[in-house]
Amino acid sequence: MTAALPVYTKKDFQTDQEVRWCPGCGDYAILNAVQQVFPELGIPREKFVVVSGIGCSSRFPYYMNTYGFHTIHGRAPAIATGIKIARPDLEVWVATGDGDALSIGGNHTIHMLRRNVSLKVLLFNNRIYGLTKGQYSPTSELGKKAKSTPYGSVDRPFNPLSLALGVEATFVARSVDVFQPHLKTVLRRAAAHQGSAFVEILQNCNIFNDGAWDALTEKELRDDQTIALEHGKPLVFGKNRDKGIRINGLELEVVPLGNGVTEKDLVVHDERNASPAYAFLLSRMDHAPGFPTPIGVLRAVDAPRYEVAMAEQIRQVTAKKGKGELAALLRAGDTWEVK
Amino acid sequence: MATTTVSPSKKREVIEKAVIRFCGDSGDGMQITGSQFTNTVALYGNDLSTFPDYPAEIRAPAGTLPGVSGFQLHFSSSDVYTPGDAVDALIAMNPAALRMNVADLKPNGILIVNTDNFREQDLKKAQMASNPLEDHSLDGYRVFPVELMKLTRLALKELGLDAKSMDRCKNFFALGMCYWLYNRTMDATYKWLDDKFRTKPVLAEANKQAMKAGYSYCEATEAFQTSYEIPPARLSPGLYRNISGNTALALGFVAASQRSGLTLFQGSYPITPASDILHELSMYKEFGVITFQAEDEIAAMTSAIGAAYAGALAITTTSGPGMALKMEAIGLAIATELPIVICNVQRGGPSTGLPTKTEQADLLQALFGRNSEAPVPVLAAATPGDCFWVALEASRIALKYMVPVIVLSDGYLANGAEPWKIPTLEELPEFPVRFRTDPEGFLPYSRDPHTLARPWAVPGTPGLEHRIGGLEKDDGSGNVNYEPLNHEKMVRLRAAKVEAVVQDVPDAVAAGDPDGELLLVGWGSTYGSITAALRAQRDKGRRIGHVHLRQLHPLPRNLGDLMKRYRKVVVPEMNMGQLLWVLRAKYLVDAEGFNKIQGKPFKQAEIEAKIEEVLQ
Repeated sequence: MTAALPVYTKKDFQTDQEVRWCPGCGDYAILNAVQQVFPELGIPREKFVVVSGIGCSSRFPYYMNTYGFHTIHGRAPAIATGIKIARPDLEVWVATGDGDALSIGGNHTIHMLRRNVSLKVLLFNNRIYGLTKGQYSPTSELGKKAKSTPYGSVDRPFNPLSLALGVEATFVARSVDVFQPHLKTVLRRAAAHQGSAFVEILQNCNIFNDGAWDALTEKELRDDQTIALEHGKPLVFGKNRDKGIRINGLELEVVPLGNGVTEKDLVVHDERNASPAYAFLLSRMDHAPGFPTPIGVLRAVDAPRYEVAMAEQIRQVTAKKGKGELAALLRAGDTWEVK
Repeated sequence: MATTTVSPSKKREVIEKAVIRFCGDSGDGMQITGSQFTNTVALYGNDLSTFPDYPAEIRAPAGTLPGVSGFQLHFSSSDVYTPGDAVDALIAMNPAALRMNVADLKPNGILIVNTDNFREQDLKKAQMASNPLEDHSLDGYRVFPVELMKLTRLALKELGLDAKSMDRCKNFFALGMCYWLYNRTMDATYKWLDDKFRTKPVLAEANKQAMKAGYSYCEATEAFQTSYEIPPARLSPGLYRNISGNTALALGFVAASQRSGLTLFQGSYPITPASDILHELSMYKEFGVITFQAEDEIAAMTSAIGAAYAGALAITTTSGPGMALKMEAIGLAIATELPIVICNVQRGGPSTGLPTKTEQADLLQALFGRNSEAPVPVLAAATPGDCFWVALEASRIALKYMVPVIVLSDGYLANGAEPWKIPTLEELPEFPVRFRTDPEGFLPYSRDPHTLARPWAVPGTPGLEHRIGGLEKDDGSGNVNYEPLNHEKMVRLRAAKVEAVVQDVPDAVAAGDPDGELLLVGWGSTYGSITAALRAQRDKGRRIGHVHLRQLHPLPRNLGDLMKRYRKVVVPEMNMGQLLWVLRAKYLVDAEGFNKIQGKPFKQAEIEAKIEEVLQ
């Protein structure tokens, strides 16, 4: 008999450490959502490990009453990979930022996603380096004026979702710090995914990049500027739900509904599409004016999980060869006796 | 089998020892030829030491000087400590190999030359103005010109192979000749060929026939009148195998995993000359070994940190350039006090340097190569077989003290081989690990009073949820703490913990004389040449000692006193004087360095010459 799982509340996932983000930081909202979702997951608290790199977002583990590891800049995906391979029974979450995951740690991020190690990655994207006081980041827009770019950045940005899809990540989603119910839904989906789950969370830095996402999050704008993806549903958006996304060749286009255009003409969202090409189109559509920014789950497919395959290979070889005997291993190959 | 009989017309001479070197193009299979000869010699019971020397290029243009690959073997009926200074028998497959190696051949030494490769264009590729087979430059040697290619083709003509496949067997013709020359049976190599070409029996047969033809050729031709017999050595009783340093490291870590009861996790990224450790460990899945070929050196190290945090015996294996990349992460392992063994199989540097050549120039990097005050225990292996014991000891220290440990090997140990007495399980230390499970009074940074180790509380343990990281820790609670006095306390505690390892370090004992004119202090792979030089010089009546340090940090407690018992101290190293620098700084001893930085190990004669110079 296994002991019944304790009933957790948000409080069980809070620590006694004073939260040291700036007042008004979007990170508070993300912490709140995670602390609300974790108790619902039916997982013993001691099984959670939260791993982070360096940056404002990477203080996250100190505020989560789970096992936690605040590591070094960019390396959280690699450290988390080591944890997950050694102990596949653990629930390993990675808290990281746009500088941490996409600049100094870009290599680890892509390889972790490529391998499909079962880690849940929360990428806090505020499009700025906050902890080092305001340099442009790999997601800052071209021309960004920041501490290190007084004349504007000449550095073309990454699209984090396109990057993740480019390496065929099996779960790719986006939410926004201030869209709490939406964020929690996405977190639950990430938790349930079998494999790497990559979640970009658009987050405001009210000190160094205030209003970074205002164009999407302002109450009057959000319904026209974002589109909430739902599997099996047509791509409809707008305050009056009067606009849709249609596909024309290899291009997406925004069309007003009516005048003969109905929902039947629109793209029906399919997060399970085996090819990442469709989700890739979605991830980049807002690069053109007039398109909404997609939020929700862009892609969720099944693929072999790295840590499972690795454990399975060990099991199969052991079944075939028998459990290793050290004495026999040392004596393996050609030997001779000296009397 | 009639393979070892010698016809009555030929002479057989019993000798004590021989040094033989195979050299040819890197595509000529010299490493395989040398390994096969070594295996046969080992099985016969000779003591031996090998020195494979190959270029960094997988296949440099055929026949050129940079493409020359060599394999040297010293085998004897008495103790062997080095691969040998000078060569008794040289097998040269082409002019480039001859040119690069002939200087090491003893006067009147045996020189077997493949004359099929001495056409004008071959000489040109080796940048030779005249044919050495004709210009009398080889008159000081016993030259045996052999048409290796032609004779091999002749021997294989019935098998229906194409010319290229036949030519690839010519190294086995040469091997067969050497088996005749040193009176060895070909049985072990037959067995190896059957196994290697299980799916292509025709190739096994071709190589066997080429080898037999080489053997018979020596038997038949009048050129070879004498063969040599080297009786077995008197090694201490026991079961032996031949082992290279990289294999020994791999086996040592499997043993450490078994003796600690922990899963072995290796994070590694391919790098010469360390990759063989990864190849070896990836075969041992039935021991539960997890090998993770990471995306880069940093991930190799950091994945090991994650695995250690999760409760595995975690290791990472690399060479100097990879070591440089791992250093920030090693700092994290120091701050979070996690047990990890980091192996650096040193090679020539700086930068890419000499990937396939040996050097000992990463000692100061191991000791001091991280930002801030970040000491770790450092161990070095002395011989290929010693790599096994060092892997075990490093793992034991890491787990006992909750600390990352650096192990230094080098290219010479990694690829060199020697007979290794296989230990019984009873001879291996046991060091079972206890994870912290009791939540009562748990503090992540509390300390064991004897070892100063912090508790190992692995994720998944109920009630012990806690956070660790690279920010400075509060002594005890492990919470983030920036207070000045706490920082100083933690810096001193981390250093004191590493110093506490000295209680596990045996006092240094000098080989040779316990006091006298001169003490040689060495570490790592110089062990063999220093030992051989010491013996020779003591036989000449000199009063000298030799201390070889396995533990380079912390150093044995008595080392300072020991050095005072000798009038002079000399430190031979394959670097600019790194251990020397440490000894002079720590003990204020007027030690003198003896340094060689050529990508090659010391010769016995070089060390002897230094001893004689110092004691003049």
